[in-house]
Amino acid sequence: MIGSLNPRARVLLLVLLAALIAAPLVADRYLISVLILIFYFAYVGQAWNLMMGFAGQLSLGHALYVGLGGYVSALLWLKFGVGPWLGVFAAVAVAAAFGAVIGWLGFRFGIEGVYFALLTIAFAEFTRIAFDHIDYAGAAGGLFLRVDESGEWWNLRGGTLLFYYLALALAAGALVLTAFLARTRLGYQWLAVREDEEAARALGINAFRAKMMAVLISSAMTAVGGVFTAFYNNNLFPSRVFDINRSIEIILAPVVGGLGTVFGPVVGAFILTPLGEALTALTGLFGINTPGVKGAFYGLALMVIIVLKPSGIWPWLARTLRLTEHRP
Amino acid sequence: MSLLAVEEVSKRFRGLTAVDGVSFAVGEGDIFAVIGPNGAGKTTLFNLIAGVLAPDQGAISFAGERIDRLTPDAICRRGIGRTFQLVRPFPALTVEDNALVGALLRRPKVEAARAHAHEVLRRLDLYDKRHQVASALTLPDRKRLEVARALATDPKLLLLDEVMAGLRPAETDRMVAILRALNRDSGITILLIEHVMRAVMALAARVLVLHHGAAIAEGTPDQVVRDQAVIDSYLGAEAL
Repeated sequence: MIGSLNPRARVLLLVLLAALIAAPLVADRYLISVLILIFYFAYVGQAWNLMMGFAGQLSLGHALYVGLGGYVSALLWLKFGVGPWLGVFAAVAVAAAFGAVIGWLGFRFGIEGVYFALLTIAFAEFTRIAFDHIDYAGAAGGLFLRVDESGEWWNLRGGTLLFYYLALALAAGALVLTAFLARTRLGYQWLAVREDEEAARALGINAFRAKMMAVLISSAMTAVGGVFTAFYNNNLFPSRVFDINRSIEIILAPVVGGLGTVFGPVVGAFILTPLGEALTALTGLFGINTPGVKGAFYGLALMVIIVLKPSGIWPWLARTLRLTEHRP
Repeated sequence: MSLLAVEEVSKRFRGLTAVDGVSFAVGEGDIFAVIGPNGAGKTTLFNLIAGVLAPDQGAISFAGERIDRLTPDAICRRGIGRTFQLVRPFPALTVEDNALVGALLRRPKVEAARAHAHEVLRRLDLYDKRHQVASALTLPDRKRLEVARALATDPKLLLLDEVMAGLRPAETDRMVAILRALNRDSGITILLIEHVMRAVMALAARVLVLHHGAAIAEGTPDQVVRDQAVIDSYLGAEAL
């Protein structure tokens, strides 16, 4: 069982955080953009991990919440001039409402496991198709935010550094929130429901409520990630943001890093994003431009990692480097 | 006044009447056993009380209030803790966290709940194993963990579903001693569904015998083992 971080690991974590805060002083534009991606995947991975890793509810449609968060905040900004700091509340509310509907349908009518996952995919796909036809939101042609690097930073109109620190804050905040939730009554109720729902109910746990809380918190957090991507990328297309590939991308970091662990999503993001970048660089270096080569190698690497460390990299890393409190 | 009252309760599955007009009452602080051969309806009766099933007829009251339409979690919150016949501890959690989940029911603060969980684990001889993962425990340990977890919810009534099944005689005696001490020290009421007569004779003050879903005898352990109907249907003559 993994205990909490020992003093040595806490120091390491602080050093890492300090290094990341200082990184823009030395890192070039490319490295910064890779780090932003890492933080983003650590953040949304953390949100997904709360629902699957802790509460045991498999969602394969988290792109839905990213997309809704992005569209709601971008539309408020473009159509009404409402800035993202305010828009994020609307984004969270809309995504959480969708999460509530999916959760209610699934948990009230006993749609479990893979069937629940299919329900989450269906919602993401329906929403993609709907947005393809909503002219107000640009339909299939998408939405574009004007690029304005010297704009109002408080409205997320700014350069890469703004997004770098925002993404870092989001990833760190999600880590702290998860660590906190894992030590609350709700966190233990999630574990109990994940392990054995009937036994959890026999101990007085309202399993429906616990699972709904997981979906609501997870969808709300993910929507914030959507606001981030909308203003960082300055564009939104239904076929891109709601695509099932986006949903799969979100789950890879926590799965590889360690499901149901606080540090898993972070460790997974720090491994997978650089892996993808390295493969792009390598295939470019060797002049291989056959379509799908990068994806094939990425898939192969994923398989190797999952076969070697099926419960994730983080539990193994924590044991090997003695990062957690040792218990007899 | 009785803590648990089961009145004329029936449950049918398609054509089969699993529980047929059963009535009994368990007084506060009692240890009450339900025995009977396989298929007598013991587990169905248990699931009716625990809220897993709803009775077709009859009423179940706990502390003066009807509970026969409540969900299992609501029944636990009223003060009834249960174990499962096939033990189901949370496999990936430690022994301590298993008990902690139960203790959190009435103690929202994790540290207070953990202290209570430790106390319960000490009573069940599991304290030294508290950092082990539940899936690594032996069957006798898992059976006691099952009791510990239910006990951590501070029940007024503890429902034990064949908690002795699969235990060797020495382990059975250990469990009997623990349950008797619990009943003596905290006054907790215990309803056990049991196959192991050795445990029933040692523990129960009153025994109800089920056969084909119906109650055929009720009384002290000594009375029921002498009851002709019980001997014919269940115990057989050699039990005496």
